[in-house]
Amino acid sequence: MFRSIVFSAVPVGIITGIAITLMQMVGTEPLILKAETYEDAGPAVPESAAPAEHSHAAATPAHDHAMPETEAEAHDAAGHDHGEGWAPADGFERTVYTLGANVLTAIGYSLVLTALLSMTSFTFGWRTGLFFGIGGFASVMLAPMVGLPPELPGSPAAELAARQTWWIATAVATAAGIGLLVLRREAWAAVLAVILIAAPHVVGAPLPPAGVEPLAPLELERRFVVVATVTSFVFWALLGALSGTFLKRLSPSA
Amino acid sequence: MQNQTAEKAAKPAVTSKTSNLVQSAMAACLGVFVIGFVGFSHLEVVHNAAHDVRHANAFPCH
Repeated sequence: MFRSIVFSAVPVGIITGIAITLMQMVGTEPLILKAETYEDAGPAVPESAAPAEHSHAAATPAHDHAMPETEAEAHDAAGHDHGEGWAPADGFERTVYTLGANVLTAIGYSLVLTALLSMTSFTFGWRTGLFFGIGGFASVMLAPMVGLPPELPGSPAAELAARQTWWIATAVATAAGIGLLVLRREAWAAVLAVILIAAPHVVGAPLPPAGVEPLAPLELERRFVVVATVTSFVFWALLGALSGTFLKRLSPSA
Repeated sequence: MQNQTAEKAAKPAVTSKTSNLVQSAMAACLGVFVIGFVGFSHLEVVHNAAHDVRHANAFPCH
């Protein structure tokens, strides 16, 4: 079974990862790059700003947010990220790393989804896979984004470890709740499922520090939330349907 | 899913079912490990490489 799941998840992850990278290149990526121009040029937070790094923004008074090629290069030369460690150069190299990360993420999610699907008594196929995919979308995108919406670079946020803990707990609780609703018919299961799905939001996500404004305009932030959510939905629909199809073909017992 | 622990009889069918469950669980753990590495690692290099994917997936970032 282990082999079937892995042999199914790897091609599914590669296909989904490539498809989603193409979607991101026209969807989320331009918004992230635009937000980074605000992040680099915007009101520098004193303790994090390396003066040398931000001088390029001051040196180009006609700072065009449309980011033409020359600006992109200057931006790149100054080191785009947070001034710490290596980062892929903007353009082709950055896209390659994004593709790699998308493929790995898709393989990881497909491994989990296919494994869960194989544990149930459902007939494998694209349709059961699709429904599992929608369950995945609800668990790792919709539920966590209620408390921690997708953010553009330069958004204020609470401490990273606290947010990661809340994110993981919310995803697991929501998935468990959906699983209970789908697999058990008893009333107690439904009650427990509702509690599991609601609890993380009653506890509440770690909030960003008060009074700190995001660097990117609200309109850009809103658009990013919409595009990221839709892209994620397509990701999960594709990942689920493909996982169901591949598992059906590769499963020893099918 | 069916936690019939009472069914301890060493029937081959049951054994293969348990083995399948264990193997599925191992595959799921492998998947969680991969996602954790790409999306949640605190290593600066991993963060920077997967930066845009983390933002797009609403993984907590920075």
